Amino acid sequence: MSIDIKNIFYTYMRGTPFEKKALDDVSVSIEKGEIIAVIGHTGSGKSTLVQHLNGLLKPDDGQVAVDGVNLAGKEAAARKARQLVGMVFQYPEHQIFAETVYEDIAFGPRNRGFSEAEVDKQVREAMAFVGLDFETFARRSPFQMSGGQMRRVAIAGVVAMNPDYLVLDEPSAGLDPRSRNAVFKEIMALHQSRGIAIVLVTHSMEEAVKYARRMLVINKGKILFDGNPADIFKNHQHKLVEVGMDEPQVFKLAALLRQKGLELPQGITDDVTLLQMIKKAKGWR
Amino acid sequence: MISVKELKHIYTDADGNEVSALNGINLDIPEGEFIAIIGANGSGKSTLARHLNALLLPTAGKCIVDGMDTTEEKNLWHIRQHVGMVFQNPDNQIVAAIVAEDVAFGPENVGVPGSEIKGRVDRALAAVGMTEYAGHAPHLLSGGQKQRVAIAGVLALEPRVIVLDEPTAMLDPQGRREIVRTVKQLNREKGITIVYITHYMTEALEADRVVVMEKGNIRFSGTPHEVFSRVDELEKAGLEAPLAAKIANELRKGGVKIPEEIITDEELAEVLCR
Amino acid sequence: MLSDITLGQYFPGNSFIHRLDPRTKILATLIYIIAIFFADSFLSYAILTGFAFAVILFSRLPVLMVLKSLKPIMIIVLLTLGIHMFTAPGEHVIFTWKFLSVTQEGLELGIKMSLRLMLLLLFSSVLTFTTSPIILTDGIESLLRPFKKVGVPAHELAMMMTIALRFIPTLLEETDRIMKAQTARGADFSSGNLLQRAKNMLPLLVPLFISAFRRADELAVAMESRCYRGGEGRTRMHELMYKGIDYAAFGTVFVLTALLAFLRWGTALCAL
Repeated sequence: MSIDIKNIFYTYMRGTPFEKKALDDVSVSIEKGEIIAVIGHTGSGKSTLVQHLNGLLKPDDGQVAVDGVNLAGKEAAARKARQLVGMVFQYPEHQIFAETVYEDIAFGPRNRGFSEAEVDKQVREAMAFVGLDFETFARRSPFQMSGGQMRRVAIAGVVAMNPDYLVLDEPSAGLDPRSRNAVFKEIMALHQSRGIAIVLVTHSMEEAVKYARRMLVINKGKILFDGNPADIFKNHQHKLVEVGMDEPQVFKLAALLRQKGLELPQGITDDVTLLQMIKKAKGWR
Repeated sequence: MISVKELKHIYTDADGNEVSALNGINLDIPEGEFIAIIGANGSGKSTLARHLNALLLPTAGKCIVDGMDTTEEKNLWHIRQHVGMVFQNPDNQIVAAIVAEDVAFGPENVGVPGSEIKGRVDRALAAVGMTEYAGHAPHLLSGGQKQRVAIAGVLALEPRVIVLDEPTAMLDPQGRREIVRTVKQLNREKGITIVYITHYMTEALEADRVVVMEKGNIRFSGTPHEVFSRVDELEKAGLEAPLAAKIANELRKGGVKIPEEIITDEELAEVLCR
Repeated sequence: MLSDITLGQYFPGNSFIHRLDPRTKILATLIYIIAIFFADSFLSYAILTGFAFAVILFSRLPVLMVLKSLKPIMIIVLLTLGIHMFTAPGEHVIFTWKFLSVTQEGLELGIKMSLRLMLLLLFSSVLTFTTSPIILTDGIESLLRPFKKVGVPAHELAMMMTIALRFIPTLLEETDRIMKAQTARGADFSSGNLLQRAKNMLPLLVPLFISAFRRADELAVAMESRCYRGGEGRTRMHELMYKGIDYAAFGTVFVLTALLAFLRWGTALCAL
């Protein structure tokens, strides 16, 4: 089970003076159950790439298949395949439209053709996942909730479609640190309990390292690197800085300490490990 | 320069309940200071910002700008020229469909003669490094560029204070760097007082003074060193300390003697690698 | 993609028609339209058509592109031609079919009427092709300013147009984004009967309206904090100024109008 992208090309505003090549011969496979971060600066083509995963954009050339079904193929089958891929856009709270939280979250599952009983079950589960208490919030108007809560309603609206793959474009944009961490905790819990694949589009190396086992670095419409985040950072640090990526704090600090003579192992990706390794290197208990 | 005294702000929410957004804030901002105000969403930091140029008026207490009380109607336009304001969403503060026209908007409003406006626009665009985009359409610019146009639009009014309300919240890392660099430059080179509201700690590190807000109160304040070394208190306020401060804090808790006020990587390395 | 749509039909250029003051172009267009109604002989129409094409050539616009702007009114033009051809009374019958008959007078009238329509549109499109919407707005504001005393809100109208021009691309992008987001949630905007379709648009329209209101609200606050308080006491960076070419342009259209007026009434005057 996987999403397979083969040699796709995409150009915006073809045939106008504003023509812009966004994807240039990209091939990649995303396996079910993995967490993959897609990083790159604004305009690198990363958003264009992920919009191909569920057929929102159609490649000029090349093909996209979800679980073996070509998205450009026969209508009914392709439509079904597209619905296996949930998509949470940037600032998803801006797509909320219904009068109650329940109705908004139920929109997706109803469109998928679930029975009302199934819809109800999915809405409840999705709300639980994003940490919104059903009794408290289901009948509320989403427009009177805080920004962080609205973001959760919107994410729940996609989760309730019970996708096998979930694409999230900058899910933490504009949130304060507390809400940011909470949203990621929920996404990770979702991954673990349902085993769905997470495609995390982000500007932040920090998030990529923290949450993903695999990372795609996109630059100028091509895949620059594909692999384990820590390895990519270790081997291609200069290239990453060159294409405008920030080095994660943990890497920066570890590198500096190492340079100043502290004996730290390579590949430290989180604060807790860094702390332990510092203690170990200094012989502290 | 700016003096906030016992400032309270109470508003009525959608359900008709009275909510207190600010419960008696005291804050003095001297001329030329770069002050960062940090706090989680709903801490009252944006509400406070809006009092500084009379977009909001106090329920109780006072806000004095350049010796003038914001509640007095006759001071309004002077205060707004004196204190410029940049908002979070770069799209929703640009008025005109051409960059230079937008920068001219402020001076046009206060009746600056047409011949003088051109010079102001040129200077403002140069100060934010956007001169070459003067004739562009704003919607084709990047987020960071749009936000710099917004800053230029404020600069053209020649204010002494600029309040920036989460100017980087909607920007990518590149755009964030552009804004921080620009703001720092305006403070150092033109001596403009900066009130910088954010929840990105790395940006607040650049300030002379940091004020931490929580639930409508100022919890504590001080130099970046004083504030960011208080790791646990920051976390309680829904904020995050820089990594070096967090590590130092954990080491200290584990009984290691680490000096207070360590917040940068270099400082931590200095201590650990002696 | 929705943002593919270019705004207005401005075609950037540096011809002297492009460089004319917007007020000159607006007024000249109005005078030309009046001149069209002076025309009655085929000679007058020939002069008007020649003048229009001369202006198009001087503006260095692609002629085909300008002619294409006639497309949307072609049906009306044909209808006008048809109605006059078949209904106008006349003596010289050219052609009869059952109860319909075409007279020479009818045919001539039809051709003249449709020519009027086409010239009217052609000339005004040169105005919009050679003037950016922003400059056009400035021109309209400046021309309407004297009518403020009789209650024409010149500044407010111009400010509304400016903001609309600024936000149309932004809202188009937003529409595109919301449409994609809802499509990803299985929304269907294109099938079903009319009522069904209208209902299906709600997930697009509601967020769009909410966002537009939010933007309006934020923009109002931003404008206020930049000292906006209406048109009173406001100056402009670029004050519009008539230059030599503007006077020359005015002269030319006046001569044209005078010529047409002479062709219509002049012979009668001479006979007196």
